[in-house]
Amino acid sequence: MDMASLLAPHGKPELAPSPDKSLLRFITCGSVDDGKSTLIGRLLFDSKSLLSDQIEALERESRVHGTTGDRLDFALLVDGLSAEREQGITIDVAYRMFETAARRFIVADTPGHEQYTRNMITGASTADAAIILVDARKGVLTQTRRHSYLVNLVGIRNVVLAVNKMDLVGYSRERFEEIVADYRAFAASIGMSGVVAIPICGLSGENVAERTELMPWHAGPTLLQYLDRVDVDDDRLAELPFSMLVQWVNRPNSAFRGFSGLVSSGVVCPGDAVRILPSGRMTVVDRIVTMDGDLPAAGPGQSVTVTFRDEVDCSRGDVLCASADPIEVADQFEATLVWLSEEAMLPQRPYLLKIGATTVPARITDLKFQVDVNTLGQDAGKTLPLNGIGVANIATDKPLPFMPYAKSTDLGGFILIDRLTNETIGAGMIHFALRRSHNIQWQALDVSREAHAAQKRQEPRLLWFTGLSGSGKSTIANLVEKKLLALDRHSFLLDGDNIRHGLCRDLGFTDADRVENIRRVAEVARLMTDAGLIVLTAFISPFRAEREMVRGMFAAGEFVEIHVDTPIEVAEARDVKGLYRKARAGELRNFTGIDSPYEPPEQPEFRIDTLSMSPEQAAEAIVARLLQA
Amino acid sequence: MSSQSPHPALSSVPSPLQAGRLRPTLSARASSHLDQLEAESIHIMREVVGEASRPVMLYSIGKDSAVMLHVARKAFYPSRLPFPLLHVDTTWKFRDMYALRDKIAAEDDIDLIVHRNPEAEARGITPFDGPVHTDMWKTEGLKQALDAHRFDAAFGGARRDEEKSRAKERIFSFRSAAHRWDPKTQRPELWRLYNARKHPGESIRVFPLSNWTELDIWRYIQREQIDIVPLYFAAPRPTVERNGTLLMVDDDRFPLNPGEMPVLRSIRFRTLGCYPLTGAVESRAATVAEIVEETLSSTTSERQGRTIDGDQLASMEKKKVEGYF
Repeated sequence: MDMASLLAPHGKPELAPSPDKSLLRFITCGSVDDGKSTLIGRLLFDSKSLLSDQIEALERESRVHGTTGDRLDFALLVDGLSAEREQGITIDVAYRMFETAARRFIVADTPGHEQYTRNMITGASTADAAIILVDARKGVLTQTRRHSYLVNLVGIRNVVLAVNKMDLVGYSRERFEEIVADYRAFAASIGMSGVVAIPICGLSGENVAERTELMPWHAGPTLLQYLDRVDVDDDRLAELPFSMLVQWVNRPNSAFRGFSGLVSSGVVCPGDAVRILPSGRMTVVDRIVTMDGDLPAAGPGQSVTVTFRDEVDCSRGDVLCASADPIEVADQFEATLVWLSEEAMLPQRPYLLKIGATTVPARITDLKFQVDVNTLGQDAGKTLPLNGIGVANIATDKPLPFMPYAKSTDLGGFILIDRLTNETIGAGMIHFALRRSHNIQWQALDVSREAHAAQKRQEPRLLWFTGLSGSGKSTIANLVEKKLLALDRHSFLLDGDNIRHGLCRDLGFTDADRVENIRRVAEVARLMTDAGLIVLTAFISPFRAEREMVRGMFAAGEFVEIHVDTPIEVAEARDVKGLYRKARAGELRNFTGIDSPYEPPEQPEFRIDTLSMSPEQAAEAIVARLLQA
Repeated sequence: MSSQSPHPALSSVPSPLQAGRLRPTLSARASSHLDQLEAESIHIMREVVGEASRPVMLYSIGKDSAVMLHVARKAFYPSRLPFPLLHVDTTWKFRDMYALRDKIAAEDDIDLIVHRNPEAEARGITPFDGPVHTDMWKTEGLKQALDAHRFDAAFGGARRDEEKSRAKERIFSFRSAAHRWDPKTQRPELWRLYNARKHPGESIRVFPLSNWTELDIWRYIQREQIDIVPLYFAAPRPTVERNGTLLMVDDDRFPLNPGEMPVLRSIRFRTLGCYPLTGAVESRAATVAEIVEETLSSTTSERQGRTIDGDQLASMEKKKVEGYF
C-alpha cells in the first residue's frame, strides 16, 4: 500500500457510540527488529484510531526519519521521546489507546532490548493478554523465550504468538508451522498453555484486521478478532472469597464513618459478615455507599465505600475479607523477585515493601536461587543485579494479609522501595507464607530489660564506631571501655576482627556478606543491651542503609553513632595491619575505600576528627558526653 | 467546612438486602469500560490522598478538568473534597470559562485557589508575545503556586492519548524540587501499586485520567451529565481566520489586522485554553450526543486546535522537562 492510498479519506463508520464496551489491556513483546512498533501503528490505523492530521504528520516524519521507503513508517507513530528517536530504539513503556466496536484497548508497548526486562515486567503486570512477536525469518530467539518466560511469570493467561513479516518468507505455511511447533514445545516446558498462533504482516496489515488471500491456509482468527473475543479475568476473580483494600477512612462528620477502597476479589453485599485484617476483628457490612446511590453488591475492580454495623477500628492498609473465608496473614513469605534497580539486591538490607495500601519495613532473608532467563536454569547467588529474577524468602516487620499472587495480583504482588532514595527497586510475587512464621512466637520474660538495667544502675547503650580500616575505631573503643570499667560501668566490646573469627566466620567481604555481618552484630548487641550492658562495636560498617537499620532496631537515644573520621590517605599511610598495601597490590578484593565504597554518616551523634584529637582525648570526650546525658 | 452534610443521602440508611437472601448478581454495567476507567481513577485519587501530605487538584476549567472533578467527588463522597482546586490563570481564558469557574467555586464542597503570576501581570505579557506567554503565565505560574502553598502532589487531567510524549508518562510523575521532569528517572508502575514516597521539596504530578481517551471523556460527560463550558457546543460566534486556524474574537483585547473583520460562524472548540491561542472547528454539534457523533467521525485530533504544539516536533516533551504540566 502506498502513501497516497493510505491518505484516502477514511472515517469510522463502523463504530457505534455505545458506551458499553469492555476494557482489555494487552502487551506487545518482541525483539528490536521484530516490527513491534509497526504492528501497533498498524492496529491503530486499521482500527481507524488514527486521524488525518496524525497521518499527515506521520507522512512528513516518514520522509525525514522513515526506514520504509515510500511507505508510511508506522514505527514513528509510537516511538515517542525524541531521545529514543535519535537512538532508534524504544526505551520505556508507552501506553496506546484504541477501540473497536466491541472493545476499548490499552496497549502497553515495551522495548525488546535486553537491559529493559524491568519495563517489560511493568507493562505486563497490568495486561490481560500478550502478543509475542516473532520474525518469520528468524523464528524463536532467545529473546522470544525470555519474553515468554516473563509473560508467564506475571501470570498473563492469554498469549498470542504473532509470526510477523510473513511476506518475507513467501507466506510459507511450512515455515509458520515450523515456528509454531518450536514455540509450543518451549511454551509447554515453562507451563504456558492456550497459545494461539497467527501469521501476520504488520507492515501491510495481512491478518491484522483483515483476512488475506495470501495465506488461505490460516483458518484461525485475525489478530484483531482474537483481541475482540479473548476472555478477561473478571469471572475468576468474582468467584474468589471477598477481599477489599482499605485506602482511606471516609469521615465527613461524626454521623458517618465509611471505609473507601477497591474490591480485589469476590462479591460483598450489605449484611455480609466481614473480618478486618490483620487485626482479625469481625463486623457486618451495613451499606455500600456511592455518589450514585447505595449498591446492593460490589465486585472485583469496583471502587466503593462501605460502612459497618458497629464501630470497629479499621484504617488505611487494612484488608476486609469474608469472615467465613478469611485470607491468610503472615510475616514471612517465599516470593519471586524481579530486581529493577542498578543497585543490587542485598539480603538482610532493610527495604520498604508496599502491598495493597500498606507499606512496611522488610528484608530479604535468603535468596534461594537466581533464574537465568536465557537458559531458565537456576543459579546459586546471594544478590540480584538489575533485571535479575530470583526466588527468595522475605520477612516483614508486621504481619500482612495476603493471597498467593497466582490467585490475586492485588493481594500477592508487591514492590520494594529503597529507604534512602525512595526509588522503586524491586517487584515481587508471593508464592506462600513460610510455615515457621506461624509457629515461632515471642516468649514473655519475667525479668525485663528495665530490671536488668536497674540492677546495673546504668542506661544500656550501643556505641557504634564506624570508619575506614585503620581509622582508629578499635583503639578508641578500647580506651572508652577501659574508662567505663574504671567508673564501674558494665560494658562489652564487640570487635570486627574478633567477631569474624567466630559468629561470622562463614562470611566474606562482598556487599551481601557485609550486610549480613552487620545484621548479626546488631542482633547480638540488642540481646546485650536487653541484659543492661553498654555495648561498644568497632566495625567499618561502610553502608549508611545498614547503620540506619541498626538505629531502627533500638529505642530513640540508645544507638549512638560515632564516626571515626580519618582521611583515607592518613589511614593508608598508617596501614597498621598492612591491608591497604595488599589491597593496592590486588591481593585483597572489596576493600573499603579502595574498590568498595564507604558512605560516611550524615548526622552521627559524634564525629571524631583523628587529625586534631588524640585517641585518649577522643575517648575522654565520648565518656564525658555519655555519662553526663 | 460546615458541620452539616451537604448530601441528604446520609440521613437515610437503606439496607435493602438482608443476609440469607439471594445474592444479587453484578449488573453488566459494572464491567463497562467507562466504569472500569472511573474505578481506576478513583483508586488513584484515594492513593494520593492516603499518602501525600498536601494534595491539590489543577483545575483548568476544560472538559478533562470537569471530568476529573466529577470523579473526585465520587471518590470521596460523602466527604467534601479533601483538597483544594488550583486554577493557574493567564487572564486570557474565554469569558465563558471564567463564568463556569466562578460557578464551580461557589459550590459548597469546593475550595478554589486562583493564581496569576505577578511578574507576568506586571509585564503585561499577552498571548501575542509568543512562547513567553506560556512560559510565564502557565509554567512559571504553576511552579509559583505549588511552591507558595507547599503542595506535594498535584492532580492533572492529562491523558496519554493526547500526544506522543504523554503516552510514556507515568500516572505518578516525579518532579525534582526545581519541578523538572526527567524521563529516565521515572519509577516503574506495576499492578495497581504506586510508590508515592518522596524527599522534602520534591513533588508528584498525578494523572488519574491517563488511560481515558477524548471519546471516553465525552461519553462520560454524556452519561454523568457533567456541566461543561458552553464553548464546547456549536453556536454562531465572531471569528477570524489566520493561517488556516479559526480564532474566536472573545473580547476587545484581540488585535485585528488591518482590514480584518470578525465573521459569524457556527463553531465549537474541542479543547479550551487562552482564547487567542485556541483554534475552533466549524460544527453544528449542539448537544453532547452530537459531539460524540462528531468525534466518532472526526478525522483530526483535538490537539490540532492548539497552536502551542505545532511549532516543533516533540515540543510538548521540551515543555514538560521545563515544568509545564
